[in-house]
Amino acid sequence: MEKMPRWADVALIPLINLALAFFFAGLVVLAIGENPFDMVRFMVKGALGSSNGIGYTLYYATNFIFTGLAFSVAMHARLFNIGGEGQAALGGLGTAVVLLAVPWPHWTVALPFAVLGAALFGAAWAAIPAWLQARRGSHIVITTIMFNFIGAALMIYLLNGILKKPGQQAAETRHFGDAVHLPTFHEMLAPLGIEFSKSAPANVSFILAILAAVCVWLLIWRTRIGYEIRAFGNSESATAYAGISAVRVTIIAMLISGGLAGMMAINVVMGESERLILNFTEGAGFMGIAVSLMGRNHPVGIVLAGLLFGMLNQGGFELLWEMPGISREMVFVIQALIIIFTGALVNMTRDPIERLFIRRNKGA
Amino acid sequence: MTLMQKFLGAAATLAISATAALAEPAIIFDLGGKFDKSFNQAAFEGATRWAEETGGSFREIELQSEAQREQALRRFAEAGNNPIVMAGFAFASALDEVARDFPDTKFVIIDMVVDQPNVRSVVFNEHEGSYIVGVAAAKASKTGTVGFIGGMDIPLIRKFACGYVQGVKATNPDATVIQNMTGTTPAAWNDPVKGAELTKAQIAKGADVIYAAAGGTGVGVLQAAADAGVYSIGVDSNQNYLHPGSVLTSMLKRVDVAVYNAFKDGPDLETGFNVMGLANGGLDYALDEHNAGIFTDDIKAAVEDAKAKIISGEIQVHDYMSDNSCPVE
Amino acid sequence: MGSEGGQGRQETAAPAIELRGISKAFGPVQANRDISLAVARGTIHGIIGENGAGKSTLMSILYGFYRADSGEIFINGRRAEIHDSQDAIAAGIGMVFQHFKLVENFTVLENIILGAENGPLLRDSLADARRSLLTLAEEYELGVDPDARIEDLSVGHRQRVEILKALYRQADILILDEPTGVLTPSEADHLFRILRGLKEQGKTIILITHKLREIMDVTDTVSVMRRGEMLATVRTAETSPEDLAERMVGRKVLLQVDKRPASPGETVLKVENLKVVDEDGVARLKGVSFDLRAGEILGIAGVAGNGQSELLEVLGGYRPATGRITLNGHDLPLDGRLANGRARRAAGIAHVPEDRQSEGLVMEFAAWENIAFGYHHDPAYQKNALFMDNAAIQADTEGKMQRFDVRPPDPRLQAKSFSGGNQQKIVLAREIERNPDLLLVGQPTRGVDIGAIEFIHQRLIELRDAGKAILLVSVELEEIMSLADRIAVMFDGRIMGERLPADTDERDLGLLMAGVSNGANDGGEAA
Repeated sequence: MEKMPRWADVALIPLINLALAFFFAGLVVLAIGENPFDMVRFMVKGALGSSNGIGYTLYYATNFIFTGLAFSVAMHARLFNIGGEGQAALGGLGTAVVLLAVPWPHWTVALPFAVLGAALFGAAWAAIPAWLQARRGSHIVITTIMFNFIGAALMIYLLNGILKKPGQQAAETRHFGDAVHLPTFHEMLAPLGIEFSKSAPANVSFILAILAAVCVWLLIWRTRIGYEIRAFGNSESATAYAGISAVRVTIIAMLISGGLAGMMAINVVMGESERLILNFTEGAGFMGIAVSLMGRNHPVGIVLAGLLFGMLNQGGFELLWEMPGISREMVFVIQALIIIFTGALVNMTRDPIERLFIRRNKGA
Repeated sequence: MTLMQKFLGAAATLAISATAALAEPAIIFDLGGKFDKSFNQAAFEGATRWAEETGGSFREIELQSEAQREQALRRFAEAGNNPIVMAGFAFASALDEVARDFPDTKFVIIDMVVDQPNVRSVVFNEHEGSYIVGVAAAKASKTGTVGFIGGMDIPLIRKFACGYVQGVKATNPDATVIQNMTGTTPAAWNDPVKGAELTKAQIAKGADVIYAAAGGTGVGVLQAAADAGVYSIGVDSNQNYLHPGSVLTSMLKRVDVAVYNAFKDGPDLETGFNVMGLANGGLDYALDEHNAGIFTDDIKAAVEDAKAKIISGEIQVHDYMSDNSCPVE
Repeated sequence: MGSEGGQGRQETAAPAIELRGISKAFGPVQANRDISLAVARGTIHGIIGENGAGKSTLMSILYGFYRADSGEIFINGRRAEIHDSQDAIAAGIGMVFQHFKLVENFTVLENIILGAENGPLLRDSLADARRSLLTLAEEYELGVDPDARIEDLSVGHRQRVEILKALYRQADILILDEPTGVLTPSEADHLFRILRGLKEQGKTIILITHKLREIMDVTDTVSVMRRGEMLATVRTAETSPEDLAERMVGRKVLLQVDKRPASPGETVLKVENLKVVDEDGVARLKGVSFDLRAGEILGIAGVAGNGQSELLEVLGGYRPATGRITLNGHDLPLDGRLANGRARRAAGIAHVPEDRQSEGLVMEFAAWENIAFGYHHDPAYQKNALFMDNAAIQADTEGKMQRFDVRPPDPRLQAKSFSGGNQQKIVLAREIERNPDLLLVGQPTRGVDIGAIEFIHQRLIELRDAGKAILLVSVELEEIMSLADRIAVMFDGRIMGERLPADTDERDLGLLMAGVSNGANDGGEAA
């Protein structure tokens, strides 16, 4: 059957959804007596209007790209990995363990091992639900959700116990040391003569996230295991016929997914706070679901959606800053509206627009 | 690259035009939110009181994420707000960096020490306040057994417990103090059900005065004590009104005063170590119409005596956090 | 329901159903184009056409599932507005779907009153229904135990429940969509007796099918549809199967397969005492044994669900079993890690599965991705240790599509965009061109249009003549009779008997399919 053009599917519909989202958010803002146009202006300007804003946008986007990619890899195998949050938390643990255990001479030496630690711990946390799904048929949604709780509890235990820096209140480890400080955009761009905000936390992890997106694309569309993952995701019954092992695909897809979620910790734990703080994930693991859905489970879409959600986060802060009449809770509501419209309700607008296109085509 | 340069250049111009210098004070609330019925809220009340009394205005922001700590600090500093007050120990490392970059701005951090020339670190001698309510507890107890229920098991709460025990033992060396912590996670700050359970258990062991240093969990402690007809002691703000005739008193930790003072002192505030204790009204015990009937003159005399002696230095209350240990159990 | 200008037109001459100028498009696809049709009261009317000809769409419009873009429907001479199935039922239309819409764990009676309860209390409805059920059963040979649970009933009985459901709702017009697909020949005969009985009582019946024999047997008039259009409506007595087939396809069709006698060689496949117990502990294969030689086609006949699927799955490597299978003299593992589709392909078994949409193809995949399906480890498809050589696969696909006349020959098109016949050709191209020693084929022409059937049958014969062994599983007796060199009939997990096509007929096979063993040497060797 003939469908609407591809550009409409990948570009027009997200834009319409975004416009709808801002429209409804604008209604909310209007209802509390503020100017909705100011809201949009402050959010966009806050996210993109300065190198500082861009730096924060990219910082958040890095998290969302990692968790979005994580969700998408599992989703290609039709595995609904809700456990990104817990896997990312464990990734933080892996990063911290690597960085605290060895007196690293320089970040370039430490980074590969930290990435490995983050990915391994994240993957390990996904491995158990994966195994339960593959071998015992325990539903991955349930088990990954449960593992978020277990992961959170484990982190609380460790960060209040052996990992905690002695004699302090906050549940966090000691600082990893200046040697493993990851270059920020300011430090990366300064040699090129580009002035970038010194304080913005965006760092070399963003490049890592883009690399991860490229690798995911290659993995899914160019490798045998990617082929098997997609086949399994599209038709579980057919994979048995083709001799593709469901157990193997389930476990590998989940391990990759968990590893990617864990790598988010490189950005936050190694790149920003430079120590492991309790609850550093701050919901990015869940946000990855919306990012991946909006990005249609495609790495390019996920990078774009990650940037959008990064803008949303940073723009939200600027909104708090610029419009004191809007409370923190209100900002949450606005962000949630945008997420609902751009992520969860993608199909709401697709059908009518598709019909519109078909009618137009027929008329022509 | 040139395109990128142009883009960023344009962005920078935009940013400058948005900035305007103000000398308003500012306050940053931690992730708990400003209406947390505890710490942040007390800070908010202090700021509000200052605004009402002086007719001045202040800027405020509630954080949504960890990464925003430094961001918020920088934004206020860049905007020329002075002083900038933050409530909570989690700001320490962010402030340490930002304070360096803005030497002309004054910062005030509550409950934590940041060693920078332009930072005022406000800390409370909670052990002193806990000592005097310990005296009250020992005086009011008929069984000779009193209780302590902490929130999350962190050094700060042990500091409360240790001061309390010292006050009890100094008044009645034979007294028994039963101590419980609600948990080891932040959830322990808001678990009134478990607070009530622990309270009942302590009452069963003979405790008839119970001191709750447990945030929202304390509500359950106070309730259970009132139900069982024994005394309780509130914390941070004045909680006497919650169960008149049952809440013996409350150990007041005047976070609001710390914020109020910082705002009042303005950009010229004195930096350095600022200890809030019994002497400067940063800590106190609560006496009002709700506990007038039970807080007898006898108790009051003993408490006032202890308070005077601490202020004069005659009594040295040991601070748990100075060496992470407590001389008495 | 509207009824404009219908007063006094209730004469006998008015057709039970009349469609005028019905058109319906799904996007750019014109599923029905200006279709007009009149079915006289008290007749059985057949609608015949290839898959995608628009038969189901037309009936769905009549039953209120879709709304026509234009056109009118008249029931008994009155104009009817049918917005949903409730309207259709009110207009006296009943529908029996290909896939039954019954609640498995309800009783027959409960299913019959479902949605037609009169009042909030079930007791009255049930008593009512029981009374009318008994009357109906007597009248039309529709005997079913009212208190039996659906899950315990045979397919034929379930279908009767569907018919009873429609009659209980006072249906005067009964539409049956491919009703015999799941029935044994004798069950089908019983169904036709029921339909004739209903006709005699004045009911109007519309029978949708692609089986020419049924049309010839039971209908009074027949309409042929092709590509959304109604080509002709003729009296059944005045036409022939060849004529109908030609009208359906639009060209002359060879209904009989042209083949030389087989010249079997060495034994390729030897199956001994094969047993399968499924996940629920139900025995699906109860000791199946047979031999298959090079250059012959062994046809497995039987009603669906008697173990044929399990047999194919075991041979295909994705269902554990006990017993013994040897291929060219080598034992195949029946359980554990080595029993999988990949290992079977390596051993020389190719497999065209029964259900191409859920097994043979990944519908979301492009044609070229499907050509690699199951063979994605083939070194020719790899660029290096890490990546697959997509360009090589696409090039290979282009050749295969050309040789198997897949239309459109575009390797980048998704499998789901092809018609059933072309989908099947993709699967066949993939499997046959691997040049296997043994080809497993399940339902090769299910849902495939007549033109493609001819092509597929020819390819299978060619493979046989090339000296390969073919195991053919089909529920279409005609297909088995015309293709197989030997026929084995399965019933309840056993082989009931073996026949040579020359020595048997549909009646004989039908008895075996129903589990009636009537030959001396039937199924003996397995015991």
